[in-house]
Amino acid sequence: MNRDEIINKVNAFLIEEFEVEEEQIVPEGILKDTLGLDSLDYVDLVVVIESNFGFKVKGEDFVSIVTLQDFYNYILDKVAEKELK
Amino acid sequence: MGIYSCIGKNLAEVRESLYKGVSGIVFDQERKDMGFRSGLTGMVDKPVLKGMLDRRMRIGLAEQGEYAYLSTLEALSNAGIDEDFLEKNEVGLLFGNDSSSLAVINAVDMLREKKDTTLLGSGSVFQSMNSTVTMNLATIFKLKGVNFTISGACASGSHSIGMGYFLIKHGLQEAIVCGGAQEINPYSMGSFDALGTFSVNEKEPKKASRPFDKNRDGLIPSGGSATVIIESYDHAVRRGAPILGEIIGYGFSSNGGHISQPNVDGPSRSIQMSLKDAGIAPGEVDYINAHATSTPVGDMYEARALDQVFGASRPLISSTKGMTGHECWMAGASEIVYSMLMMQNSFVAPNINFEAPDEDSARLNIAAETIEENIDVFLSNSFGFGGTNSSLIVKKIR
Repeated sequence: MNRDEIINKVNAFLIEEFEVEEEQIVPEGILKDTLGLDSLDYVDLVVVIESNFGFKVKGEDFVSIVTLQDFYNYILDKVAEKELK
Repeated sequence: MGIYSCIGKNLAEVRESLYKGVSGIVFDQERKDMGFRSGLTGMVDKPVLKGMLDRRMRIGLAEQGEYAYLSTLEALSNAGIDEDFLEKNEVGLLFGNDSSSLAVINAVDMLREKKDTTLLGSGSVFQSMNSTVTMNLATIFKLKGVNFTISGACASGSHSIGMGYFLIKHGLQEAIVCGGAQEINPYSMGSFDALGTFSVNEKEPKKASRPFDKNRDGLIPSGGSATVIIESYDHAVRRGAPILGEIIGYGFSSNGGHISQPNVDGPSRSIQMSLKDAGIAPGEVDYINAHATSTPVGDMYEARALDQVFGASRPLISSTKGMTGHECWMAGASEIVYSMLMMQNSFVAPNINFEAPDEDSARLNIAAETIEENIDVFLSNSFGFGGTNSSLIVKKIR
């Protein structure tokens, strides 16, 4: 998967599954605030990431993910890591 | 009141079905493919709640919670209770439910496959618990009063109203949303089918549920949800509520006998307790909505109990389970809704498929067809596994 495909996939599940408003999808958007995700939503993010990208998120990984850009970078890194294996 | 059942998705549809004697029973091939003895079931459509509720509100709802959301939405609207009222007042919630099978099965299957609980998602636990309906509805509607689920097998829905009546009567709460909800998926009914008590009259699904009829061969599982909002009289008058009727009596008992076969004594005591609580004689009951599920043994014992108490006055009797099948945890509440619709519209809905009585039901005054009749007082009975019995008496408001 290339960079754009990954970002589009993330945006798609945020809009479709998590019902985030399209206008809120901006790289500097803060996951907790502007995207309105709560602690239970993070539980579901783990499931959605596993099924879309094939890797497991660890709870502590979310600590450093503040903005949507952080989230894109995290997924991009993890997917690249996985493809190297 | 509100309703989501196999004979109608709202009160207007259900009223019409009751009057016309419409059956909601179908044959479901999926059950046969799964290994069920009986492929018969009541059928309700899966609700589409996207657009009505946001994701967080939807995700914890099990199948029967979705039905309960819709029936409660209708009831709150009809009762003239809005978000603002719920925000400012303590309204309670007591719902009958006694299983949440599908959610548990899905979680276990996923766990066995993935060997990782973090893949179960955040909705699973809230769907899986027996109190799934009340925990979700209390959150969705932001209710602030009493909040728990009543499990009493097939008397759950009735007991929920009875317990609500009790709390209000003793001044612990002024308004309570009561009801009963039942999942219909085959996973929830497999072990029930194992008892061999379901009808196998698969060639004519709509004639298979035949309470009190001498050729009855078993019950048909069904489901959905019914909501009945009850309040103290003063509270209702104060807020200008549209008052539909008055609960004047609640009775209960346990059979102290077999886990699945009833007796005469238990139901009879439950009925008599409700009459005593209501302060009325048997002769003052105009109509009885029987529990009768179309099982050879169950209907027989109920007929004897009804004859024992009402033999002298012989009020009109029908079991709406001829049309709906056995709505299990929902039944006690839905049958109050069905009886209320009859009372409001002055008719007795038929006990469909009652073509010939047996020696016990022959002694009862069973309405085989729709009868135009004024009903001032009705009695509704619900009896469940473990010998739990519940009886409610409702009077017309003039």
